[in-house]
Amino acid sequence: MSSPALAVEKTKLQNEDDYILEVHNLKKHFPISAGIVFQRQVGAVRAVDGISFNVVRGETLGLVGESGCGKSTTGRTILQLYRPTEGNVKFEGQELSTMTGNDLRQMRRRMQIIFQDPFASLNPRMTVGSIVSEPLQIHKMYNNKKERQQYVEQLLERVGLNPYFINRYPHEFSGGQRQRIGIARALALQPSFIVADEPISALDVSIQAQVVNLMEELQDELGLTYLFIAHDLSMVRHICDRVAVMYLGKIVELGPVDEVYENPQHPYTQALLSAVPVPDPQVEENRQRIIISGDLPNPADPPTGCNFNTRCPVRFDLCFEEPDPPLIEARPDHYVSCHRVI
Amino acid sequence: MSTLLDVKDLIVRFYTQEGTVYAVNGVSFDLEEGETLGIVGESGSGKSVSSLALMGLIPSPPGKVESGTVVFEGRDLLTLKPDQMRLIRGKEIAMIFQDPMTSLNPVLTIGTQITESLKLHEGMNTSQSRKRAADLLDMVGIPDAYRRLDDYPHQFSGGMRQRVMIAMGLSCNPKLLIADEPTTALDVTIQAQIIELVKQLKDEFNMAMIWITHDLGVVAGIADRIQVMYGGRIMESGSSHEVFGDSRHPYTVGLLGSLPRLDSSGEEKLTQIEGSPPDMRNEPVGCPFAPRCDVREALALERCWEERPPLETVPEAGGDGAHIMSCWADIREGVA
Repeated sequence: MSSPALAVEKTKLQNEDDYILEVHNLKKHFPISAGIVFQRQVGAVRAVDGISFNVVRGETLGLVGESGCGKSTTGRTILQLYRPTEGNVKFEGQELSTMTGNDLRQMRRRMQIIFQDPFASLNPRMTVGSIVSEPLQIHKMYNNKKERQQYVEQLLERVGLNPYFINRYPHEFSGGQRQRIGIARALALQPSFIVADEPISALDVSIQAQVVNLMEELQDELGLTYLFIAHDLSMVRHICDRVAVMYLGKIVELGPVDEVYENPQHPYTQALLSAVPVPDPQVEENRQRIIISGDLPNPADPPTGCNFNTRCPVRFDLCFEEPDPPLIEARPDHYVSCHRVI
Repeated sequence: MSTLLDVKDLIVRFYTQEGTVYAVNGVSFDLEEGETLGIVGESGSGKSVSSLALMGLIPSPPGKVESGTVVFEGRDLLTLKPDQMRLIRGKEIAMIFQDPMTSLNPVLTIGTQITESLKLHEGMNTSQSRKRAADLLDMVGIPDAYRRLDDYPHQFSGGMRQRVMIAMGLSCNPKLLIADEPTTALDVTIQAQIIELVKQLKDEFNMAMIWITHDLGVVAGIADRIQVMYGGRIMESGSSHEVFGDSRHPYTVGLLGSLPRLDSSGEEKLTQIEGSPPDMRNEPVGCPFAPRCDVREALALERCWEERPPLETVPEAGGDGAHIMSCWADIREGVA
């Protein structure tokens, strides 16, 4: 049930205008080249194609969508791990898209990332201690060896690992424990903002709750802001304050999480939510599913008109003629990009 | 309804260089004609290995079916010779695998792969089998089916490939379809398409089905009966209403508690199961869930460590006594 009190609280939060991150018209196109000797660009994969949103300090913004919709690219482009093709990213008041070299490295102290795959994101030849202390080395913090070790031990303990494991290698840990190591590494520089790129998708069901609870505790304790990228819509409802739904490189719906889940306005969000199975046979029996046919179009060759017009159950003439419906406020704080909603 | 499949005391082990892996440690269940059984478990729970054992597909070495019987329509599949088994596999029992990207042969056309079993089991010639294959593709919702027979797997999307796998599985009207995580690699909207398709085809063909998954939500919608596995054993089994609505095993309860729900706002903290799944290289003694079990801790039960609890009817079960579990404790007098 959505509590009205909560919605009011979130609205207030937004009016404070304490944005930690402002993303404006962000685009990331990956070139497609042809030719062996003389390479020329023949097209572009429009992974992220003009998105704008803000993140309020202390909140968790969920970014959901199916594979290939550009949600991970968005996370990485915000952190400047990919440089944007176009658009602006303002983090704590500073423009990142034009920043380079040492300035950018300094900003990285404040923003970190937790990766999806805990098996691929830890160097198998480094001990846990050196993995977690590498950011400290790069940023020349805790230069005293003993102090640094103490700090790393504290970090490990905080994420629920025995500090005694400091000299072990990643392969000696389970998936859940490795994800904790990844979290400890992200926390080492005491960032204010963390992009969590599908941090629990690779974990077993009984381990997912452990990692999510840890992330929530850390947020309360350290005042962290999360951009939580996920495709598990049930988990997003649990952990996020607001949610942005992406489809083919664009945001189609954005709003407070309970509001979006209970009153989805965009036909894609409606189909997406109705497709998520609920672990309760009684609910499942009485559920009406909206099944959308077909697959995601190729992001190198998006349809003309609205991106969703190839699969939309409620499309009409305008959806094929007018490009991109604008993201408009359909309900308080609830933004939708659909010709039907205007 | 009569019993189609009866599995008793199945034990499967893998003898690897790192030691013996005790993958399946005594699993018994049966399946009625036309029934859908959902097998739920985390990675390493033995759910896939037990189904591979039914099909005689355990790679050996290192794997070995140590003991047990798998009686399918009166015959014990485990005692059949390879060429006898070949006549059953694909014809009587078909299987859909998890990853549609790797379970199709990339160098053969879709048509060749579907017609293979039609030629083998149904004795069709090329033009008959191609016609039937096109009908099957049409049935699973692939447009322009006849032309697409000459396409290769890479020309299909993930959801389409899974449809091809389903068409292959259904090609010889099997009595039993085993689906091993058939939608795990797919997006939710595509998953919904596939589930809807399988449900509809199951009624049409009147098949029995075993649906293996780690996703409790998926089986809630399709299974008549649910079997929860952990550490190579069955923890709890019953109708889906019993297992979800009246869970009695501490593991089932913990698992359901750790799942956030789409249909309720997540203000309360998720209950978590402490610790991690068991290392299957340790010889199983006692209950595999004992190290993580909060009920055992609350009741200070010692026998959980030493004695393996039998799979018995839950205390005060409703219904016909089909709700069974393997636990020494009665959860209702356990944790507060």
